[in-house]
Amino acid sequence: MAQATTPAPSSTHTRGPVTGTARDANRKRAPFLIEFYRSAVGKKYVMAITGIMIMGFVFAHMVGNVKMYLGPAEFDTYAEFLRQILVPIFPRTLFLWLLRLGLITAFVLHIHAAYGLTVINHKARPVKYASKRDYVAANYASRTMRWSGIIVGLFIVFHLFDLSWTGTGFHYYRGAAYENVAHSLERPLVALIYIVANLALGLHLFHGAWSIFQSLGWNNPRFNKWRRGFAIAFAGLITVVNVSFPIMVQAGVVGHVG
Amino acid sequence: MTATEPLSGSPAPAAPGRTLNLTLRVWRQAGPDAPGAFEDYDAPGISVDMSFLEMLDVVNERLVEQSREPITFDHDCREGICGTCSLMINGRPHGPQRGTATCQLHMRKFADGDTIVIEPWRAEAFPVVRDLAVDRGAFDRIVEAGGYITVNSGSAPDANLIPIPKSVADAAFDAAACIGCGACVAACPNGAAQLFTSAKLAHLNLLPQGQAERYKRTEAMVDTMEELFGSCTNHGECEAACPKEIPIDFIALLNKDYLRAKLKNRRYLSRKP
Repeated sequence: MAQATTPAPSSTHTRGPVTGTARDANRKRAPFLIEFYRSAVGKKYVMAITGIMIMGFVFAHMVGNVKMYLGPAEFDTYAEFLRQILVPIFPRTLFLWLLRLGLITAFVLHIHAAYGLTVINHKARPVKYASKRDYVAANYASRTMRWSGIIVGLFIVFHLFDLSWTGTGFHYYRGAAYENVAHSLERPLVALIYIVANLALGLHLFHGAWSIFQSLGWNNPRFNKWRRGFAIAFAGLITVVNVSFPIMVQAGVVGHVG
Repeated sequence: MTATEPLSGSPAPAAPGRTLNLTLRVWRQAGPDAPGAFEDYDAPGISVDMSFLEMLDVVNERLVEQSREPITFDHDCREGICGTCSLMINGRPHGPQRGTATCQLHMRKFADGDTIVIEPWRAEAFPVVRDLAVDRGAFDRIVEAGGYITVNSGSAPDANLIPIPKSVADAAFDAAACIGCGACVAACPNGAAQLFTSAKLAHLNLLPQGQAERYKRTEAMVDTMEELFGSCTNHGECEAACPKEIPIDFIALLNKDYLRAKLKNRRYLSRKP
């Protein structure tokens, strides 16, 4: 116990730690996720993780859309199924809304992190090279991520207006998924918008789906050679299938609902 | 054919006397805050056996003879191991030859009549000192943050005192090959220093001697890097420009270790005695 000769330690006069981690311990730290997100490496993790979430959605969206080729009944049944997921447990569309909320969060974070990183990167080189750069490894996709991302982002807003909210100038029936798609894509200009946007998406995925592995530190000589292959396959599949819808509607193969 | 026999194993010398007539378009800038611009210089009669820096020496001698200001550029060892030379040559750091520093680049890589554009490296953290010379002190800030072992480790220990698997030693050595020239930053469209920092981290983080301070080092060095430089978007330009051909695999290691560091360092700090 404390000796009688030493004064009782007062809370106002204690000898604080002097160096190293002992001192750092008293540093105010934000919650882990916030502190991690403040760093650029943390933002890259967020880009990658939200990217995976969005890729999952993009893949499922594509798979669902393929049902267009099976006819209106199949397509509309699938659309209704999405609203019915977990229905006896949750009320109708509740689970769909939970998925949507997750997706919206992913998009917001993806865009916010991209914006933050862009600001950092522009500050890092305020004076540009005066001569022409001769790029060796950087490709068209990697250098246009911001633009392909913006194109896809604007397209998503258009796409939501077009087929989820109001329709864009055709007879829009809420809930009549097949009919709405068919009527919208019958217009050549709209079909062109869908094609261009999906090409931009393909470009974005070509770099993004590879980039994920680096950003998350998934690097191993055993599978490194598959990383680029995965990105090519994923971007290629999504682009080809998605672009086929406007083309096939334009060609009159699908979408005749009278 | 040459009259003298080449030393065994060395490549046959180029035809003697072959020279190039070049035009140099060089960035001239009187000081850090002075405006800069390209100036053209005729460089006739350049021997193909010269290195790029020797070519600049010749041009500078001619400029001095004409009482004009010579071109300032960084150089030191001229054997590709010190990391002092730089230069953006025709839009590529260290010029067109892969895995080669400017000092080891030879004029035989260029053709007669070429115009060669030479620019300093551009990054907020690498301010131009004069002409083609930039201040790369920002790299020192990163190393100061933790690119070392804190304890005095004495003189070199016996080899094999600490067993290290060959593959691990090789990977650490690949990272340690970094000469800190800054080509990665110069090449990066984002002005990021991820390749440099990851190499400096990896050559310690992979080895047993570096484990004790692994996560403290990682957090400190990456945080310092982020204060000074841009951020990686996985172009791979740095790897292509690196005169030591350091792979971007180390950047993946940096990302992995940084997440671990953030978690572990908080855990260490929360351990109160």
